[in-house]
Amino acid sequence: MSMILIWLLITVACYGAVIGTAALMTFAERKVSAAMQYRYGPNRVGPFGLLQPLADGVKFIFKEEVIPAGANPWIFKLAPILTALPAMLAIAVIPFTGVIGTFEGTEVLGSIANPEIGILYVLAVTGVGVYGAILGGWASNSKYSLLGGLRASAQMVSYELSLILAVLAVVATTGSLNLHEIVAGQSGWFGWNVFSQPLAFVLFLVCSYAETNRHPFDFAECEPELVGGFHTEYSSMKFAMFFIGEYTAMVVMACLTTTLFFGGYLVPFWADAPWWMGLIAFGAKTSFFLLLFIWVRWTLPRFRYDQLMHLGWKVLFPLALINIFVTGLVISFGPGAN
Amino acid sequence: MSEQTTQYKPSITIADQQAAAGKGAREFMMDVRTTDLEVNMGPQHPATHGVMRILIRADGELVTGAQPHLGYLHRCAEKIGENVEWLQYLPYTDRYDYLSSMNNNLGYSLAVEKLLGIEIPRRASMIRTICVELNRIASHLVAFGTYGLDLGAFTPFLYCFREREWLLMLFEKICGARLTYSYLRIGGVFNDAPPGWLEEVEQFCDVFDEKWVEYRDLLMMNHIFIKRTADIGVITPEQALDFGLTGPMLRGSGIDWDLRRDMPYMLYDEIWKAGVYQIPLGSGAQGVLGDCWDRVYVRVQEMVESIKIVRWCLANIEPGPTIAELPKVLRVPPGEAYVGIENPRGELGHYLVSDGGKVAVRCRVRGPSFCNLPILEDIMPHTFLADSVAIIGSTDVVIGETDR
Repeated sequence: MSMILIWLLITVACYGAVIGTAALMTFAERKVSAAMQYRYGPNRVGPFGLLQPLADGVKFIFKEEVIPAGANPWIFKLAPILTALPAMLAIAVIPFTGVIGTFEGTEVLGSIANPEIGILYVLAVTGVGVYGAILGGWASNSKYSLLGGLRASAQMVSYELSLILAVLAVVATTGSLNLHEIVAGQSGWFGWNVFSQPLAFVLFLVCSYAETNRHPFDFAECEPELVGGFHTEYSSMKFAMFFIGEYTAMVVMACLTTTLFFGGYLVPFWADAPWWMGLIAFGAKTSFFLLLFIWVRWTLPRFRYDQLMHLGWKVLFPLALINIFVTGLVISFGPGAN
Repeated sequence: MSEQTTQYKPSITIADQQAAAGKGAREFMMDVRTTDLEVNMGPQHPATHGVMRILIRADGELVTGAQPHLGYLHRCAEKIGENVEWLQYLPYTDRYDYLSSMNNNLGYSLAVEKLLGIEIPRRASMIRTICVELNRIASHLVAFGTYGLDLGAFTPFLYCFREREWLLMLFEKICGARLTYSYLRIGGVFNDAPPGWLEEVEQFCDVFDEKWVEYRDLLMMNHIFIKRTADIGVITPEQALDFGLTGPMLRGSGIDWDLRRDMPYMLYDEIWKAGVYQIPLGSGAQGVLGDCWDRVYVRVQEMVESIKIVRWCLANIEPGPTIAELPKVLRVPPGEAYVGIENPRGELGHYLVSDGGKVAVRCRVRGPSFCNLPILEDIMPHTFLADSVAIIGSTDVVIGETDR
């Protein structure tokens, strides 16, 4: 009984942390961009404007729900859910910290679930996320939305293969799909996968920007030509769902980058750190990648969508293949081969 | 103008749908044919910088036809010019191209002054030149900043507006208005520069020289920016001449034509002969001659050239009167005059006819944006939809002036 309580506690804590971070990211996005652009950013609601996400949420709830004429209402309503859900499901396997303690003979880990196929599960679940954009764009009965949805699908086929191949290289070096084991495999001096797999890291980072529909790859919602892209016709909480989905996906991708390449919850130079130190280390590393998301967004212009396809198929994909080939060679015939 | 773009025709008509409803779904599927998508960009659209409407035919993402529609901001400026007194028309000139009001004031004033045949005090001409060139910078900052915005770079836009803000403060100090100045009057300028103003302009020039490098490195030389603009929307020199393009659009295609040098007015002849400034031309440095990048880079370089002109004026300005003696009610001698000036967007011409009365008989305006716009129809087909935004942005049209 009490094991279930602990499990519930961890679930609530993990979801609360990630969705809270996602909400704070909307705030951070505006504050950081303001700092980059000589502005103040939101500073009216609460201390330093910290309650701004809350105020935004309340505003969204009070907005009118509009379903455009000629739209397919069921798919129109399904699309925001399909965007928000996968990102939230992916949270379930992310290892926020190591072993917290032993309870009734079972180890309590710092993640909601610890399946053996952790990373496979994440890839499978986040892959569904793009359907939200496609279906939303198609169901809106708007040309701009349709084009946004088309772009989202074109984007998906161009980056996802490279993303998976980049992850595969990590999996090959670690020899496990379990995220906790991937983290454990990165201990020691220069043990982080970013040192052994620098190319995979770069590929993963680039693809994660495309995965989350972020600048410079945010064609699906590219505002200059497509107004809002797939979410042009959405209002109220349905629009907010797209937003929550996008920001949660960002947090998840930052967590994954940390887990796969930067040693996850491992504290550098402190092998037997307590679990709460691991949590802090994980938070710090993830925060850096979240900041990078914002930094890139407010610095770079946007690619053209065919240029992403070009990048995806002619640059990232061959590089990913070469990377996995070389990784395979090193594992089979390299110094550590058996 | 191609056949398809002349008229709006829905791709699947109601009759088609009714006919399809009568048949089975299977037969309908047999009838399905792919048609071009018609995207109506504007009048309310983030990319059109105003109430311009462009009807785009797209085959998926590929633009097959584009047709600009005008007239959403028409305010009968020319007709008003034939109904109000000479001096009263001046504020209306502010409103054609609201980003370069000083230039518009200048164009009209010069045309009336040509009819009057009066001499302008030298200090007035100096202040005019300073204001006009600062206004050119302010206008190009908007063009450049919003161009970055069109391509998804938000921050350079706000950096540009930071400098523009300073310029608007300077204008506010000299004439009290931030956008519609009416400061350059017939016969000179409204008042002398307030104390300390010229020094502040000098300060601005110093700061801007540094900031300019920042803009160039942050946006113009950005790899993604170059990928998005080079080889896109190419206007060949022949095309540019055929369409009667002027200003940075023409110079971006490598044609050396600047009214400040080639049909000089005010002090520009003297300034050119002093070797103060050059005329930047498109060179095809990143792609083909006359592409979007060239046009935008011409504007960016022009900002520095304008700073040089301002510095020359600041060095050579002397005390004196700032407006010629003119009667309160202006009666312009009969005759006609055309004066074209180099507006930030090209040749702004005023053709005025007077019969000796208090109002003009004919007031015709040749607006650069209006003349630069039709080329869109030729250069937009066979580009991607995302490029259409880059191309519209690179023409830098101000809708207030295309419609007037």
